[in-house]
Amino acid sequence: MSALPRETITAAIRAAGREGRPALVGFLTAGFPRRERFREDLAAVAACADVVEVGVPFTDPMADGTTIQRASFQALANGVTLPWILEEIAATARGATPVLLMSYLNPLLAYGLSRLPRDAAAAGVAGFIVPDLPFEESAEIAAALDAQGLALVQMVTPVTPAERLARLGAAAQGFVYAVTMTGTTGKAAAVPDDVLAYMDRVRAASRVPVCAGFGIRSREQVARFAGHVDGVVVGSALVEVLERGEDPRAFLAALR
Amino acid sequence: MNSRAKDVPPLKSSEPDARGRYGEFGGRYVPETLVAALDRLQAGVDRHLPSEDFQSEYRRELATWVGRPTALTRAHALSRRWGAEVWLKREDLAHTGAHKINNAIGQTLLAKRLGARRIIAETGAGQHGVASAAAAARLGLPCTVYMGAVDVERQAPNVGRMKLMGATVVPVTSGDATLRAAIDEALRDWVSDPEGTYYSLGSAVGPHPYPYLVRELQSVIGREARRQMLDLAGGLPDVAVACVGGGSNAIGLFHPFLADATVRLLGIEAGGRGPGLGDNAASLTFGTPGVLQGSYTLILQDEHGQVRETHSVSAGLDYSGVGPEHAHLMRSGRVAYQAATDEEALDALSECARHEGILIAIETAHAFAGARRFATAHPGSRILIGCSGRGDKDMPILQRTVLEGLT
Repeated sequence: MSALPRETITAAIRAAGREGRPALVGFLTAGFPRRERFREDLAAVAACADVVEVGVPFTDPMADGTTIQRASFQALANGVTLPWILEEIAATARGATPVLLMSYLNPLLAYGLSRLPRDAAAAGVAGFIVPDLPFEESAEIAAALDAQGLALVQMVTPVTPAERLARLGAAAQGFVYAVTMTGTTGKAAAVPDDVLAYMDRVRAASRVPVCAGFGIRSREQVARFAGHVDGVVVGSALVEVLERGEDPRAFLAALR
Repeated sequence: MNSRAKDVPPLKSSEPDARGRYGEFGGRYVPETLVAALDRLQAGVDRHLPSEDFQSEYRRELATWVGRPTALTRAHALSRRWGAEVWLKREDLAHTGAHKINNAIGQTLLAKRLGARRIIAETGAGQHGVASAAAAARLGLPCTVYMGAVDVERQAPNVGRMKLMGATVVPVTSGDATLRAAIDEALRDWVSDPEGTYYSLGSAVGPHPYPYLVRELQSVIGREARRQMLDLAGGLPDVAVACVGGGSNAIGLFHPFLADATVRLLGIEAGGRGPGLGDNAASLTFGTPGVLQGSYTLILQDEHGQVRETHSVSAGLDYSGVGPEHAHLMRSGRVAYQAATDEEALDALSECARHEGILIAIETAHAFAGARRFATAHPGSRILIGCSGRGDKDMPILQRTVLEGLT
């Protein structure tokens, strides 16, 4: 009996919890900084993170700060496309680490919702995060992904009203992506007590693990979140490590 | 304004549904952070827009600050030259020089009522930026305008105007460094402060309720024009023509005519250098369905869903998407859309300047090019052109193009 793809995400995060630490969700933009290094970078991140998020580049990354904008534009210039990304993921040895795709909606629509879930599942993708797809617009894609056992990860933010948080938390799959602040990705987030209290509220409302993301760059931040979330997403900081040609394993190990 | 609106019942089919859909187009595709902000905006629109308190202040500002109603001008020379009866709805005479002010003052009045601490706006040609700066100055709110670095250069006079009116102008260098990048950056700003900042979006694009809000505020153009045609021309036009980038002046002109079955409606997009992907900004003519900047609409994109850069000599039309209501009106067949090239637009601009003594904006000139084409195909017809803005801002480009040819 094999688990549904989306259940592997939840299981990987829970496994880190059993080790007494927040799970590490590592993000990298596919094909950045170099297209020919993607498999190597993906394998390196998968070896040290509990879950990997692969960013599908898009021309209009409205929720992203300067680092991921830069990575997206360069990846597009490098010729990265969604079909290529699926091929590369399928061809990369990454152990049991689940892989999610983070993509704005339009590249997914262009690929075609009739083919995408099957092709993604075949490539070994366990779920999707779609930052410009609010819950109200998500029924069609959620149903298409569900048919293949794939997660559609829901984001919540500090300004999500309580009633809405309850609704989103109840419908969540894989994990709940709790955005640490109002803002775009990459700006270093302070972790004041009210952010921790918000994470506690998200956790109380959610039937799946909760991972905090946006602006997480340091071991100190990760330590602050421990006990309030089940995992942390490290995006822009990891992309910058890869951009500088440094070892992502060393960086991720230092966050633990 | 309310009493006039009753004369012209809007078509049911062009009202958005509860999810902000015009037929299949529209909707609300935004990061979760903005959902609550858009819910608040929607509640504000529902509460304030129909209220007498808002409408009376809006009407007063339009009459005494914007200078409405704007004139309807009989274009004698163009009528003679084209073999038609040509009328111009003169939004170029509105304060700050274009139709954009109708929307900017309306949204800024709304922002005040919603308790906003600051206004942000994007701008392409600079006209919405200038209008937003003016409205914010008038109502005492700080204003930040995002403008693509390419547009900062090609619409330099407008940058100075915004600064004089106290706005902060932020050049955007990411992406295509034109209007689309400016909207992305304005959305990022709004995501960072969704509760204190009011985003005054300048065209009938973006997530619901913006396409509806902007259309409602711009419909003053068509309501006035319809009444003026009846009073001055003695009847409705055979066709109303407007340029379409995001489509705010066009939807404002068209909407009050939608129920008039005898009035053809014609939107003219930026045909740029020609039909190739990347050579124009004609999303309705050449685009395919997709999601861009909050809305499911027709966009210029490649096979992988990447949004393509556009080309147009006119900064205000240089945009890869279009308002969802236009996509719906095209699909339904109520409005026809065509493209006019850079060259046709500049030629029409020269003709209007030389023979009517009106320097129109390059955006507006696309509508004139389309109208001239219509006149050739339909001799003797009565044509109403939405003269959306004046061309003073275009002097740097006209210096390098039309005037270069004259010397």
